[in-house]
Order: sequence, then C-alpha cells, then structure tokens
Amino acid sequence: MEYFKGLIVILMTSVLVNNYVLSKFLGICPFLGVSKKLDQAVGMSVAVIFVMMMATAATWPIQTYLLDANGLGYLQTVVFILVIAALVQLVEIVLKKYIPGLHKSLGVYLPLITTNCAVLGVCIANIDDGFGFVESLVNALGTGLGFMLAMVLFSGVRSKVDAGNPPKSFEGLPITLVAAAIVSLAFFGFTGVVDNLFA
Amino acid sequence: MNGIVLAIISVSLIGVVCAAILAVASKIMEVKEDETFIKIRECMPGANCGACGYTGCDGYAHALAEEEGVKTNLCIPGADAVAKQIAAVLGVESEDVIERVATVRCGGDCNTTMDKMIYQGIQTCAAAKLLYGGKGSCTYGCMGLGDCAAVCPNDAICIQNGIAHIDTRRCTGCGLCEKTCPNGVIALMDDVEMILVTCNNKEKGAVVRKKCDNGCIGCKRCEKVCSTGAIKVINNLAVIDYDKCPECDDPGACARICTVGCISISNFRGIHKL
Repeated sequence: MEYFKGLIVILMTSVLVNNYVLSKFLGICPFLGVSKKLDQAVGMSVAVIFVMMMATAATWPIQTYLLDANGLGYLQTVVFILVIAALVQLVEIVLKKYIPGLHKSLGVYLPLITTNCAVLGVCIANIDDGFGFVESLVNALGTGLGFMLAMVLFSGVRSKVDAGNPPKSFEGLPITLVAAAIVSLAFFGFTGVVDNLFA
Repeated sequence: MNGIVLAIISVSLIGVVCAAILAVASKIMEVKEDETFIKIRECMPGANCGACGYTGCDGYAHALAEEEGVKTNLCIPGADAVAKQIAAVLGVESEDVIERVATVRCGGDCNTTMDKMIYQGIQTCAAAKLLYGGKGSCTYGCMGLGDCAAVCPNDAICIQNGIAHIDTRRCTGCGLCEKTCPNGVIALMDDVEMILVTCNNKEKGAVVRKKCDNGCIGCKRCEKVCSTGAIKVINNLAVIDYDKCPECDDPGACARICTVGCISISNFRGIHKL
C-alpha cells in the first residue's frame, strides 16, 4: 500500500508541482510552437506521452545494466540522445505498419519529438532521482500528462489572448511569452499540495 | 587510455545495434505503396508548396489515388502539363488549370514613402513586423526585407528600390510568398486578370497621404468611373471583384483616373500560355 502511495505521489508531483514546461522550462519549443490550436496541442501531447514512456523503458535498463555496470555513467547524455533518436524512428516504422490510423494522426509530431529536450530531461531525471523501473515509468507518464495539461491550458489562454487585441508592440510572440510567464506563475501555487496529499 | 577506448567501443556498439534494428525493421515492416500513388507522385513537380490545398505533393497524390472525385487540376506550379499526366494515369478527362501568379499590392518604394525608424534588428520582415508593426511609416505595406524572395523556390522575387518585385515569367503561382508575407501584401491572382490595386493600406485617406505618395486614399473616383460596379472602396481601400471585370467596356479607365496611381494595368495576362 505504501508503495502505491509513493507512486501516486510521484505521479501528482510530476503533473502539478514539477511540471516540466511550467516549472523546469523544458520542452518550451513545442509549448510555444504547437499550442496555437487545441487539436494540434492534444496530438503533440499524446505523442510526447507515448515517446516519454517508451524512452524511459529503453534508457533505464541501459543506464542501470550497461553504463553503470561498466563505470561509463558519464556517457549518459550521448547514449540517451542516440537511443531516443533511434527509438522514435523505430516507433514510427512500427506505427506506420501496424497502426496507420495513429501514425496519420500523430503525423509530423512524432519525428519532431526526437529533439524535444523534455524527453531527454525525464530520462535523465529518472536516473538522478534514483527511481526504480516502475517508478521511472510512472514519472514519465506523469511528466507527459503534465506536458499535456500545460499545452491544453495554454492553447486556451492563447486563443483568448489573440482575440483580446493586444497593443501593437506586444502582438504575436511578446504577448505569448508574457502569457506563458503568468500561467507558469499560477502553477507555482501547487507547491506543497502533494506533500499533504496523504497527511 | 583504456577508459576512452571502452567509451568509444560501447557508444559505437550501441549505435551499430540501433542502426541494425532500424535497418531490419524498415525491411521487415516496409509498407507497400499503392502503384497508382507512385505513378501520380512521379508526375508532380515535388515542390511541396501546398498550393493544391493538401499537405505537399505526397498528400495530394494520396488523395488522388485513394479518394473519388478529387480534381486533377489543383497543381498550380505543374500547370496543364501535370494535370494532363495525372488525368492520363487515372484515366479521366483532363481539366484546364487556371494558372495563378503572385502580385505585390504595394507601391510604396523608397521614393514615395519613408521609414519611421532606423531598423537595425534581424533583417527579416517577420522580425521587423514584431517591432511596432514594421519599420516603414505604413504598417500595411511591403517592408522590403525579402522574406518572400528568400522563400521563393524559383527565384522569381527580387527587392528593388525597397519593395518586392515579381518576375511573372518565373512565378509558378505556388503561393509560398503569400503565406510568408507578414503584412499580407502579396496576393495570388488568376493570370487572366489585368487590373491590380497596388496598395494594401486600410487607414483613412488623410493618414495615408502623409505616409505614402502611392497609397490608396479611398477617394472613390475609381468606384464612380467603373461601368460594371467591380470596384468598391471597402475599409478605405479599393477592392476589385474580378468576376465583374470581363463585362467592362472601357478596360483601364479606373487605372487612368486614379490620382495617386495605385491602380495599375498589369502585363501578365496569359503569361503561362505563351
């Protein structure tokens, strides 16, 4: 029971408190780039959740059984990038063959994720935090869900901001960045929520 | 020394294993493409411009191969030649393509308008637009930093005297420049039309006059002289309804009467048919 409580705490922490986009500022590129429309934001987020889980499942054993076992821990970044890039390509090939519907709906987002730093970030964070395999997967799921939450929230904020006729000098990217900062501040309010979840 | 060798070997090993898995997977799980698709795809110009309304040449070819009733004349850069080939592959009647050509709706060159700032930022229109709506005093017109020229796959656009000029003989009408221009100055026109409003400013006449000698001041003289009612001044800017133009009994009257010279008779009529 304690174990499951721990998993739920990890999940809630990664979704709300340590939201990768809004608290750790990873994955900002798709956050600003693909958040214009709700359906695109959701498509990108689903792809990110999927790839984060896969990448964690692949990199955790490599770090634990290959790198750490041979004292090559310092190769972490290089090897992880290599593995994630190959993995995304493999996932694309498999999806194209067996689930063409999903492949079509994910579209260009899948290869784009290869260079998403949030994916690399969650893999490295799993190792740094000393998570086990299952805990790592839960953390990856939570991070992905957190990414989705941020994207969906922000696409709503953005459509309102664009419709709000901002001053000329703020039009476009400047007002978007200001809005992102305010949304990020709002997420600061979740600090401490998880500590008292089971109190 | 040993550490380096071990590191190199293990990273190379992981790389080779990944490559092998990918190579095997791409062979085993190869998706057979439809033969009609491959044939149609070969006909296309491959510019992936999206003028057809699909996501690039692949998307259009897929739609043609798999769906019923998709028009064969949507590829504008490929024009009649491609439409005929596609029709031949599908075994249907070929339809004529209305070629389109990009036009610059701005006459505000260095002699007629001026900058409101000395812009030293990133030299692209998109970046300049973010700063107080652009460097020129007119925020609707061509900024002359050449985003359109950079994106044009056929080198048909050049910046002369501060505004974009289009070499209509090279233009294939793909519309990439239209999408790129942050001010929406460039518009695609059917190449059968000949009257063009070379201004995009929607401000009131007095404001425009201070900013640009060639700007449309919305005086409505063209509207009055037009015999078919094709020209209407909407939002202080003359707009032409090209559907009514062919009925005109005095073509070019609007261009001659315009006091600021923002209506021009263009010379690209039927340029692609030559």
